[in-house]
Amino acid sequence: MNSNFDFVKNRKYYFIVSLILVLIGVVSLLTMGMNLGVDFKGGSRVQVHVGKTFSEEQIKKDAEQLGLKPGSVTTAGDNRDIAVIQFADPITKEDYAKLTKAMQSKYGKHVDLQQSTVDSMVSRELARSALYAVLIASIGIIIYITIRFEFKFAFAAVLALLHDAFLVITIFSLFHIEVDLPFIAAILTIVGYSINDTIVIFDRIRDNLKKTKIKKIQDIEDMVNLSIRQTLTRSINTVLTVLVCAIALFIFGGESIRSFTLALIIGLVFGAYSSIFIASQIWVSLKERELKKKKKLAPANNEA
Amino acid sequence: MRKRKTSRIDICHMRSFFFLFLRMMRGLKDELVCQLSYFPLDLKLTVKNKGDYNRVYWLKKEEVRLMINWSRIVTFLLITLLVFGVIGVYGEKVAKSTTLGLDLRGGFEILYEVSPLEPGAKMTQQTVKDAVYAIERRVNVLGVTEPEITVEGTNRIRVKLAGVHDQEQARNVIGKPANLTFRDMQGHILMKGSDLAENGAKGVLDPQTQQPVVTLQFKDAKKFAEVTQKYVGQPMGIYLDEKMLTAPTIREVIPNGSAQIDGQESIQEAKNLAALLNAGALPVKMKEVFSTSVGAKLGTQSLQNGIKAGVIGIALVYIFMLAVYRLPGVIACIMISAYMFLLLLVQNLMDVTLTLPGIAAFILGVGMAVDANIIMYERIKEELRSGKTILSALRVGSQRSLSTILDANITTIIAALVLFQFGSSSVKGFAVILILSIVMSMLTSVVGSRLLLNLVVRSNLFKKPAYFGVRERDIREL
Repeated sequence: MNSNFDFVKNRKYYFIVSLILVLIGVVSLLTMGMNLGVDFKGGSRVQVHVGKTFSEEQIKKDAEQLGLKPGSVTTAGDNRDIAVIQFADPITKEDYAKLTKAMQSKYGKHVDLQQSTVDSMVSRELARSALYAVLIASIGIIIYITIRFEFKFAFAAVLALLHDAFLVITIFSLFHIEVDLPFIAAILTIVGYSINDTIVIFDRIRDNLKKTKIKKIQDIEDMVNLSIRQTLTRSINTVLTVLVCAIALFIFGGESIRSFTLALIIGLVFGAYSSIFIASQIWVSLKERELKKKKKLAPANNEA
Repeated sequence: MRKRKTSRIDICHMRSFFFLFLRMMRGLKDELVCQLSYFPLDLKLTVKNKGDYNRVYWLKKEEVRLMINWSRIVTFLLITLLVFGVIGVYGEKVAKSTTLGLDLRGGFEILYEVSPLEPGAKMTQQTVKDAVYAIERRVNVLGVTEPEITVEGTNRIRVKLAGVHDQEQARNVIGKPANLTFRDMQGHILMKGSDLAENGAKGVLDPQTQQPVVTLQFKDAKKFAEVTQKYVGQPMGIYLDEKMLTAPTIREVIPNGSAQIDGQESIQEAKNLAALLNAGALPVKMKEVFSTSVGAKLGTQSLQNGIKAGVIGIALVYIFMLAVYRLPGVIACIMISAYMFLLLLVQNLMDVTLTLPGIAAFILGVGMAVDANIIMYERIKEELRSGKTILSALRVGSQRSLSTILDANITTIIAALVLFQFGSSSVKGFAVILILSIVMSMLTSVVGSRLLLNLVVRSNLFKKPAYFGVRERDIREL
């Protein structure tokens, strides 16, 4: 790579940008929260594949005529032919059967329904256990990287990983995108990708660290800049191939995994960004602090 | 160390040179004797012909090294042929025998929370096991293939039924406690469903009235005779759970242990009830806490969408790899094809169900496998640009990239192992697929890719850096 861009010099700004994003996320989560789907809120969600355009009002009326209490009806699908009916209270299997019959007799035999009814407790438990699992996994990652590299790398990598996962949650909260169960799987994928991506750059830094003698702060910055530049093509190409797959899934994969793939796309972009602009930079800051401490200590030792 | 390595390589090339030379000479119809002698640096080739006229050829080491080694090309082609041959022959079979999740073929999933029948009683592992057993027998009544019934935690049972047509009926059959009791006027239980003989309940048409009825046969005819004797002339209620089905009056002592439940709406309903009674009562109360159902047409549509997205995504990745990495890109494509096949195969062997997020994880896995290739190829390109020969760029590049790939993947495996250990149901499933795909991608994209690349490079057929996506003008002098 012939790029002469100085990745390290402006690291303060990257930190500030990420910090602001994280703060926005915290505020957004505290004020707006997440747009929790049925999976987390409890209740029922019925997806009716009408097969032609329809009016949301009409569908709502149809459901009300059966004595049901639909919360909201929204339109989805590429051809705007899917009605999504949310029920705050779980609907019974008898009601679902009634609804199926009513829809099929009104809109034709080809109408297909999809239903999920959830006691929110179950998915909350799943989300909680996923969160704990990620935190414990972070500890495992820290231990492994500390053994193979050093603690500073481990700390930076895990911070970047949590940063990525949190920012995806932030975006979903900010734009009020509905969160369902596969969202957890998406977050986990991002965690896996983010750590993978970061390690490759760290590996190069470790490699170059052996070759260069670090005397002053500038040496560290030059070395990290070089490492990032050397791995830049790989970083870009890798994220491009994975992104291509994710975008193909987003466009052609159908309605039911759309929010899952959206989370992936956002997470992949953040993951690639954080490996270069956050993880590596945190390491630089840590390393420089260590160097300064040593320098301070060194003259003191001499005097004594 | 270095010397030994080079000499091994050169001897290989000598042999190929030898054969090539022989062929050439045969054309001249000379009877010849070739004598090869190997010097540390150069190769001396002595050719004797009829007229005792010796000609000595000296070949510079570099020249020998650059001879085209056809046997390597043939090996490369054979391996490629093998990979695609196996995929061609078994690919469809493997793909078809993949167990599809219910989101891909329609069906439904219910998570039940179970609690003891009598309030205050304790749930034991045995009662949960009994409940699962009872559910299994009920599912068999439905004739569903491959039901998935799993226990989660201490008090949850997850039932997955794919390809069920009448979901309402299925839910009714599974969820009903079906506690059959015979009670007297005061509500005292006289007989229970467990007193029924094996397959003692039958749904039939009453031969006299032509009405659908359920006939019952008890294990212990004597006990039933005693009960009927005691309560003769009184009505006896037959209850299913807390609902009274019928209350026939006992007109006379029944000595043969058979009874009958009237008042069934249809023969189908009678048969269902009989099947439920035969399957036995549920030893627990079950509450649906989570359920999801997918219509069969929708499932097929999702599957088609997923496959379409996969084909497009993977095709784009192939094009990208070929455009950027040229010759190694071809190898990457071969190995990614092998990777996909192996992953599907292992998933089948381990009986992993493919769900929609599973397809997504699968396609992303392809992206991750490509990454291992990219790391290696970029390293090789880098070495090429620094002025190394292709062979040494390959050696250094693949060696240095190995530790990178290992570290990156081991870290991810550690994360996945922890997720597997501490995560619950679907998190666990995700972790399994992640670990599988990493192991498979190491096998294909590290071991396989390296093997093929070595064969191609050492065949000396592709000598220009352009084959590796490196422009001549980017190469620095050493």
